[in-house]
Amino acid sequence: MSTRTQVGARINGEDTEFLCEPRQSLLEVLREGLGLTGSKEGCNNGNCGACNVIMDGSLVNSCLVLAVEAEGREIQTIEGLASGGALHPIQHAFLEGAALQCGICTPGFIMSAKALLDHEPEPTEERVRRWLAGNLCRCTGYDKIVRAVLDSSVQMRDTARSDGGRS
Amino acid sequence: MTTEHKAPYRVIGTRPLRPDGADKVTGKAQFGADIRLSGMLYGRIKRSPHAHARIKRVDVSRAAALPGVHAVVTAADLPGAEDRVAELGEGSVNMRELSGNVLAHDKVLYRGHAIAAVAAVDAHVAGQAVDLIEVEYELLPPVLDARDAMRPEAPLLDKNRRTRSMAGPADGPSNVAAHYQFISGDPEEGFAEADVVVEREFATRMVHQGYIEPHAATASWSSDGQLTVWTCTQGAFAVRDQCVAILDIPVSKIRVIPTEIGGGFGGKTIVYLEPVAALLAKRTGRPVKLQMDRSEVFEATGPTSGVNARVRMGATREGRIVAADVELIYEAGAYPGSPVMAACMTALAPYEIANTKVDGYDVVVNKPKVAAYRAPGAPAAAFAVEQVVDELAEKLDIDPLRFRLANTSREGTRGPGGRPFPRIGHEECLEAALSSPHYNTPLEGPSRGRGVATGFWFNGGMRSSVTVIVNADGSVSLVEGSTDIGGSRAALAMQLAETLGVGIDDVRPSVADTDAVGYNDVTGGSRVTFATGIAVHEAGMEVRRQMTERAAAHWHVPASDITYEDGRLTCTSDAQKSATFREMALQVLRTGEPLVATGSIVGRGVGAAFSTQIADVEVDPETGKVQILRYTVVQDVGTAIHPAYVEGQMQGGAVQGIGWALNEEYCYDDQGRMANASFLDYRMPTALDVPMIDTIIVEVPNPRHPFGVRGVGEVPIVPPLAAIANAVYRATGVRQTQLPMSPRRILETTLGLS
Repeated sequence: MSTRTQVGARINGEDTEFLCEPRQSLLEVLREGLGLTGSKEGCNNGNCGACNVIMDGSLVNSCLVLAVEAEGREIQTIEGLASGGALHPIQHAFLEGAALQCGICTPGFIMSAKALLDHEPEPTEERVRRWLAGNLCRCTGYDKIVRAVLDSSVQMRDTARSDGGRS
Repeated sequence: MTTEHKAPYRVIGTRPLRPDGADKVTGKAQFGADIRLSGMLYGRIKRSPHAHARIKRVDVSRAAALPGVHAVVTAADLPGAEDRVAELGEGSVNMRELSGNVLAHDKVLYRGHAIAAVAAVDAHVAGQAVDLIEVEYELLPPVLDARDAMRPEAPLLDKNRRTRSMAGPADGPSNVAAHYQFISGDPEEGFAEADVVVEREFATRMVHQGYIEPHAATASWSSDGQLTVWTCTQGAFAVRDQCVAILDIPVSKIRVIPTEIGGGFGGKTIVYLEPVAALLAKRTGRPVKLQMDRSEVFEATGPTSGVNARVRMGATREGRIVAADVELIYEAGAYPGSPVMAACMTALAPYEIANTKVDGYDVVVNKPKVAAYRAPGAPAAAFAVEQVVDELAEKLDIDPLRFRLANTSREGTRGPGGRPFPRIGHEECLEAALSSPHYNTPLEGPSRGRGVATGFWFNGGMRSSVTVIVNADGSVSLVEGSTDIGGSRAALAMQLAETLGVGIDDVRPSVADTDAVGYNDVTGGSRVTFATGIAVHEAGMEVRRQMTERAAAHWHVPASDITYEDGRLTCTSDAQKSATFREMALQVLRTGEPLVATGSIVGRGVGAAFSTQIADVEVDPETGKVQILRYTVVQDVGTAIHPAYVEGQMQGGAVQGIGWALNEEYCYDDQGRMANASFLDYRMPTALDVPMIDTIIVEVPNPRHPFGVRGVGEVPIVPPLAAIANAVYRATGVRQTQLPMSPRRILETTLGLS
């Protein structure tokens, strides 16, 4: 008997097929099956956000998504964020602003921040804090993370404006 | 803010990008669970559902027979470990007890205690196999509270345990593993002098370090019997030492490779999984990875102690504290080793008090064995003492910061352990707090209050060793053995760049395994930037000496004719002969021998740390929720090498303390089952729970460090518990003597329901 299901998804812009068991989470398949270990397991029950990925434009805890649910979906993980060797502005802001200490929660925070800024380019501090409340960081006290997200939102708007001016 | 003149450093005090940062924002950094080896099996641990029981029988036959299972091991597979105590920097560990904690020998002493382990083709199969392991228990009554455990009729965790004290071991068995006592002056005479005396009792619950990365370890044996372990640890050498003792194999047979580490705060200094992974790997002949889930982290790895404290302090009408009597009872968990001695020594350290008596008790209970947690022991003691100090100030009608200033320890004051303090910066912290924008902005509105508290931590020294290699292109490799938990690669590379007078981008730091660098104690005790920094400086000075000799040979002049300043070698007898470090490296490394230097030190001249903190809170009178409105951390760091990461430590420590103060606790039922072993129910602060955390960096350089470093990581978690409790008192008029100050407790106490 075959216990595995074939799933096709677009992951970081590449069409990807994998076999998975019905009980496997998307997080497990990303990490163990596809070698995408940038998504982290902190709790495996949706409380810490370290496994955050973006699925069809929405932020999800990949530990709470069954791998079979990824069929036909577009998934973006931390590995797909930097393009052509250039860091995404959020990644750059985290680095520049010392918004990480140990770094384990960082991929989740960055994906979470991206999901926010993709939809709301000008969030307030309060909005950023509320949005990031699903991501736990134990090192920083959040101060520099919140600042990095706000800084990157300004930078992304500036870039968008200057791009808009050129075109 | 700088309170003293700071030497004109070139690199120190700047904010370069951390060398490991890009990999951490792109997901490339390899943490404990990210290790994947060819042929690797996955392990799971069988754990006790009971808090206290004798193991009568373990039957692994059904588990071993499950398809996909490759091996099952129990404590019977462990050699007997020595009864020896090892110092691990942030606490001591008895190796025999550590072995019993890794796999229970004859009794389980807490719920979650490991009993057996399975290696299988994947984690799901391993988990199914664990469920098939049958254990027959003889249930014993659990003892869950330290005061209950101290009663003569209490169930004993170990019938051979005798209380250790200065009088020697006691006659009868007890759950009190140790009694410490520190007396200075004449406390009773001191209290007789006092015009005001305050006495209160306090209680805190067990709390967890709460690092986001669960423990993970992978072990593999080579065909010739060499063991390699990959693990997320604060100390690769400490893991090696513990594996040597638990597995009874020679040091030379083990290599420990530290992965990146996703937080530790003291909790990743003792081994849980590594020896078990090694047993499974040996049995199967394949690499085995073990990783914990979150509930295992809560139930089976080190929290810090729940504490009962009694504090009595007396002061004169003029505002002089003249006597203190402190009793501290710390839960050790299943095996001795709570941080109560450190608590005793830190409790009164911020103050010069002529007459003091401090008693500390280390008490075993049927809960997980505690591990070090950021300034181990100090926060709960400060929670008690700093509230009594606050109450004395209030009774004397003196500003709480000025009252502390009037009684502060300073250079020459008798410090912990009886030796006089060297140059310390507590006074400067208090003054900086007094003149801070925060303290000088009135707090208005109903149900609002401002609290202050202060804290002390020793900081650590211990052993560090680094290797510096000058490359043929003039760049410098810094090989260190202090695992980097929050930016120490940057702080060490900066000290090397400063020593050599080169740019920060010319230095490439890396964390090496136990075969590739000299011995390093754990990353803990706020010691790395201090002690490993000294090793870096020593190695850097040796590089300068060698480079000077090489330049002398190159220029055919005596070495005494060459000066080395700001990264430039210059011949004093011939001004034409001058070269930068890089230019000289390009010249002399093309032909001559490789240029390598080491720095190996014991970190002496540790500079103590103080932090003073200000909290503004608002207490919702209907729900009891405490909201932090504004928060300032003042801290003497000696010299801030990388100010952004110094601020990060101050902010992170304060917020961890805020969680401890307001929400975090281990909730147990009467059978010793933890009711909240998840991040949903063990409520750590989120971004929504806290405001921006203001920082005021005070720099009173440590005269015994080449760059004045003291250490940063731990002391910021010491004051928050008391600062918030004092703020809640000002907001409500009710003293908070128990943690956490959850909405329920606030309502109970303010409405008089408790």
